[in-house]
Amino acid sequence: AATLAALPVAAETAPGTIAFDGGAVAASLTGAPGDAAAGAKVMTTAALGNCVACHELAAMPDVQFQGNIGPALDGAADRWTEAELRGMVVNAKMTFDGTMMPAFYKTDGFIRPGDGYTGKAPEAELPPVLTAQQVEDVVAYLLTLKE
Amino acid sequence: AAFADPVPDAELVVNEEIELVTRVAPGPAVADVLTEVYSGWLYRESETRAMQMDDFDNPAMVFVDQGLDMWDTVDGTEGKSCASCHEGIESMKGVRTSMPKMNGAATDLWSLENFVNDCRTERMGAEAWKWNSNDMKNMTSAISLQSRGEPMKVSVEGAAADWWERGKEIYYTRYGQLELACANCHEANAGYMIRADHLSQGQINGFPTYRLKDAGVVSIHQRFVGCVRDTRAETFAAGSEEFRALELYVASRGEGLSIEGVSVRP
Ligand code: HEC
Ligand code: HEC
Ligand code: HEC
Repeated sequence: AATLAALPVAAETAPGTIAFDGGAVAASLTGAPGDAAAGAKVMTTAALGNCVACHELAAMPDVQFQGNIGPALDGAADRWTEAELRGMVVNAKMTFDGTMMPAFYKTDGFIRPGDGYTGKAPEAELPPVLTAQQVEDVVAYLLTLKE
Repeated sequence: AAFADPVPDAELVVNEEIELVTRVAPGPAVADVLTEVYSGWLYRESETRAMQMDDFDNPAMVFVDQGLDMWDTVDGTEGKSCASCHEGIESMKGVRTSMPKMNGAATDLWSLENFVNDCRTERMGAEAWKWNSNDMKNMTSAISLQSRGEPMKVSVEGAAADWWERGKEIYYTRYGQLELACANCHEANAGYMIRADHLSQGQINGFPTYRLKDAGVVSIHQRFVGCVRDTRAETFAAGSEEFRALELYVASRGEGLSIEGVSVRP
């Protein structure tokens, strides 16, 4: 099901063709604004963004067991622009050299990539972890994080 | 960060008599990257830690008993049991501390499982057990228990040196679509929370381990498979050259820690 959901839609920017300016990505991947509520869901779903595995977020008090490997995300929109946040979700390695944070919209350059969490090699072309729409939804949510 | 520390003052004493070393100064493999080497036991909640402190509460002991029965069980065309040649299983004291190691012919690096199967197929005329079969895990649990309290000390010299280098490379390789290496989680972030899990140093001195979540015994390679899979990677197989090399390297990182096998983990 994850494979189907991740097939790029025509109007979307494909993972290999992202225009970075430093670490930032100015243009929406879908050409449309994301949905913050859907983004919050992506961020807390283990098979999707699972951002809370590594980040605490006081803005989501209902989410149990938040990790603390990365910085707390509260106030992220005060610290970063929309383009910077989009760039981090697409591929945080362009912003933070060698960071532990995974690239969520990238399909190549991996060592022994698997088919999701099956432990097996992918049978078809590897979809990005998040779809373009899901990236935009997450960015929309992050933009609400002002203190 | 204070939070990154394991429980500061817990001492692991089993059955109120066997004192185990859970903190130790780094051996040569990790002298430049860790300030202290900690057993995974120190990162667990107090209830889980307590289960391991009394053999009556340790759920793995049931499986150890099954391994002990198997030790005396005749199997294969030669009509022998392990006890036929090795006598009491106490003869296995210390064996687990040096695993994995080069085989007798010095042609291959063998884990405990390989040694067990070598005796089964070459000396008993019995079938090899699958790496993660219950029979194998029961037997490695019973054998590991004989070394409880003895310090881990693998040889990384001679023919083992190349295996060790290979294992080290694997440890620092960022696998899978999430591009995570063992070191990202267990070296750089030990002590931090990844979702509900308190990250330990990923040491193997506690193995085989009883995992409450799986309600069963987990082998070293089984744990490796799980950790690699969680990076959205194609894993290596249990028993593969890669995981045996990795086992040697990880064992060297834990030099000096007591063998706990069989431990209890969440
Ligand atoms: C495996 C761990 C991990 C995951 C999963 C993860 N991050 Fe991160 N993130 C980090 C780390 C570590 C940093 C700090 C950057 C560095 O390496 O210096 C970071 C930094 C950030 C920052 C900048 C923080 C600031 O305020 O300065 C943002 C924003 C961010 N992450 C958002 C996300 C989002 C959104 C997701 C999920 C779609 C996510 N992260 C998933 C580890 C992670
Ligand atoms: C016919 C005799 C025989 C039988 C039966 C036998 N073994 Fe062995 N085993 C040996 C010999 C000989 C060695 C090699 C000793 C050496 O080289 O130090 C050995 C080595 C081992 C080793 C490695 C010990 C070390 O210090 O490296 C393990 C572990 C082992 N056996 C377990 C078992 C188990 C478990 C069984 C039963 C399932 C078993 N053996 C049955 C003869 C036997
Ligand atoms: C994405 C994070 C992550 C990565 C990458 C990872 N692990 Fe783990 N590992 C965990 C978590 C979470 C646990 C359970 C908590 C703990 O004991 O640290 C664990 C547990 C372990 C344990 C059990 C420790 C004990 O005392 O019970 C071992 C051994 C281990 N990992 C080894 C490895 C090795 C070797 C690698 C690389 C092949 C690896 N891990 C990669 C997250 C990771």
